[in-house]
Amino acid sequence: MNEPSRLHLPRAPARPGEVPDFSYVELSPAGAVPRPDINARARDIGALSIDLVRVLDDAGEAVGPWHPHLDAAELQVGLRHMLLTRIFDDRMQRNQRGGKISFYIRSLGEEAVSVAQCMALRPGDMLFPGYRNQGLQIARGMALVDLMCQLLSNTRDMCKGRQLPVMYHSKTGNLFSISGNLATQFPQAVGWAMAAAIKGEDHLAASWIGEGSSAEADFHHALLFASVYQAPAILNVVNNQWAISTFQGYAGGEQRSFAARGPGYGIAGIRVDGNDFLAVYAVTQWAAERARTGAGPTLIELVTYRAAAHSTSDDPARYRAKDDHLHWPLGDPIERLKLHLIRLGEWSEARHQALTAELEGLVAAAWKEAVTFGTMSDGPRLDADLMFEDLFKEMPEHLRKQRELMRAERDAVAAGAAPGAESRGAQTPASQGPRLSPGPRS
Amino acid sequence: MANMNMIQALNSAMDIMLGRDPSVVLMGEDIGYFGGVFRATEGLQRKYGEHRVLDTPIAEGGIVATAIGMGINGLRPVAEIQFADYIYPGFDQICSELARIRYRSAGDFFAPVTLRTPCGGGIRGGQTHSQSPEGIFTHVSGIKVVMPSNPYDAKGLLIASIEDDDPVVFFEPKRLYNGPFDGDPGKPAVPWSTHPKGQVDEGHYTVPLGKADIVRPGAEVTVITYGTMVFVAAAAAAALELDAEIIDLRSLVPLDVDTICSSVRKTGRCVVAHEATRFSGFGAEILSIIQEECFWELEAPIQRVAGWDTPYPHAFEWEYFPGQARVAMALKAVMEPS
Repeated sequence: MNEPSRLHLPRAPARPGEVPDFSYVELSPAGAVPRPDINARARDIGALSIDLVRVLDDAGEAVGPWHPHLDAAELQVGLRHMLLTRIFDDRMQRNQRGGKISFYIRSLGEEAVSVAQCMALRPGDMLFPGYRNQGLQIARGMALVDLMCQLLSNTRDMCKGRQLPVMYHSKTGNLFSISGNLATQFPQAVGWAMAAAIKGEDHLAASWIGEGSSAEADFHHALLFASVYQAPAILNVVNNQWAISTFQGYAGGEQRSFAARGPGYGIAGIRVDGNDFLAVYAVTQWAAERARTGAGPTLIELVTYRAAAHSTSDDPARYRAKDDHLHWPLGDPIERLKLHLIRLGEWSEARHQALTAELEGLVAAAWKEAVTFGTMSDGPRLDADLMFEDLFKEMPEHLRKQRELMRAERDAVAAGAAPGAESRGAQTPASQGPRLSPGPRS
Repeated sequence: MANMNMIQALNSAMDIMLGRDPSVVLMGEDIGYFGGVFRATEGLQRKYGEHRVLDTPIAEGGIVATAIGMGINGLRPVAEIQFADYIYPGFDQICSELARIRYRSAGDFFAPVTLRTPCGGGIRGGQTHSQSPEGIFTHVSGIKVVMPSNPYDAKGLLIASIEDDDPVVFFEPKRLYNGPFDGDPGKPAVPWSTHPKGQVDEGHYTVPLGKADIVRPGAEVTVITYGTMVFVAAAAAAALELDAEIIDLRSLVPLDVDTICSSVRKTGRCVVAHEATRFSGFGAEILSIIQEECFWELEAPIQRVAGWDTPYPHAFEWEYFPGQARVAMALKAVMEPS
């Protein structure tokens, strides 16, 4: 019997009031996926893009061919970076709620992605992060005070007040400027990698986007150019299951994994347990070795879960089930690495508590220092003249004139000759300011 | 000095830069082995190798984005967008990324990318091979916009653009590739070899960005224009026997406001002409600047000549094109305001 055609509408694992159903997430047992030779042809390893590379089993044991055999000290560094990322996020979230910063984005539940991947790469490799990769900044050793000054848009802000909070960069840290327009960094990273190959260097470029923004044309440009020129690039899709309120089915993830886009373009694709520090480290190391030895680019899909809101501007209670992340079948990345270290006899609850206290102290001290360089409500404040600098290498005449006009405007207001706030420095507190992205504030 | 048409002059500019600076790379659709659909890169891949002159996929967004990445990594990419009409898939990477990388990173990162792209009509290109979208890009803060009108300027401006550390969108009026064109398609084509600006220095030289050229000094009326319309406007003024001062802007961003205003203060009358559409066009910006700077010296309302606010129609190309008649009517209106 002929049925009329109908529109398929992907369904989220759980909306408010429902019990999460994560049965759609296809899992492989820890240790079950083979590790191919780094020179394997993409066409011969297509299964990697469908299976799920896992090293840590439920008991916290590291098993199988992807076990990277890191020493305990390295694992402890990884745990420290992840925990610091989480504590930093938690504190900055509270600072946003307190009106100290205008906007924030947490990476709760996704810390292993950035931290393990950064640790598997070399300092000379160029990173093109998205806005939920603060673990890269922390694992690359960016000073917490510098990150906080960016969040505060204060006098020590690396962006001179021009960027939304969390859009960090570091020239010396090889961390590219975060855009805020989604996925634009993906093909730029490929261009960077192409240049490295043209110059005959062995540095690679790595970039991160969410599964939601893999829908943008930039994602496809990145894969296409990476494939055509076999650029030394690692392209990472962090599949945290959610765009703001639409789940990964709306990015086209229902019928086929995101990693499988790789073989579609003739490049290696790997699907990995993104909450398994050891597995993430191992696949990144494998991809990096491929890139460095001319075996080409790799697309990695990191399967994880966005345990927090999209940002401080949306309330997930309006679009998904409460505490849904507690049902996530791949657990919590910090708890899993902690359990593994305890099993190895290299960690304990007491050490964990001591580390937590130490890192909370570090973050609190850094914040205390950062606010001395200014906050949204208290000086010192950046000179607004900076607005006209760095657009061009040398300031053109029309911007010079506009800077004069702005100064005249400021003087007129100060002299009472024009209407306006007495001091432009006295801004609306962040908590009362306009929303920076769609969605209700909680 | 050698006789060159505009294509040869552009080729010479890229040849010289590839030879002088190992960080210069060319990229674009069909530009490598084949030498480009307009032959602008002919012979350069053979001379400098496949790693310096790259054929690319048909993906303008990818071309601009990878050029940005290369620029961040110390190269100086010159990317060809085959037709200006095809630039829109790269629009986000140009406006949101290329234009702002230096700004948003407070000077820590920059991408010295030059985007070359043929523009303008008069070649039977229809609505997808004839556009002049320069005004869309002059409206974006952070990119320089250039359009030469002759071989000598084309070479000097292109070298200056490649050497510039800021991004440049370099529009090439393709009707002028082979010779100056006065707007009359019925006349036999005139080669650049008959024109003084077809005499081009074979070595390295630059024409600075941000400096207009007074093509013809005059006292009665100022005509501000660029690209294809330079010759059309000059021919129309000559036909009316007007002592017109013809200004070729060459560079729209940065803009040579001093040359514009000195001329208008002298003549008191002004016509602004471009091939691009009229509404919200670059001409409106010129008019506004003149109004702000020279209002009391004006003897008559400023006139604007432009393409009609429609797509470029294939069958009505010459009714669309702002030819000598449209310029002449504007000149008459500004000389004898009713």
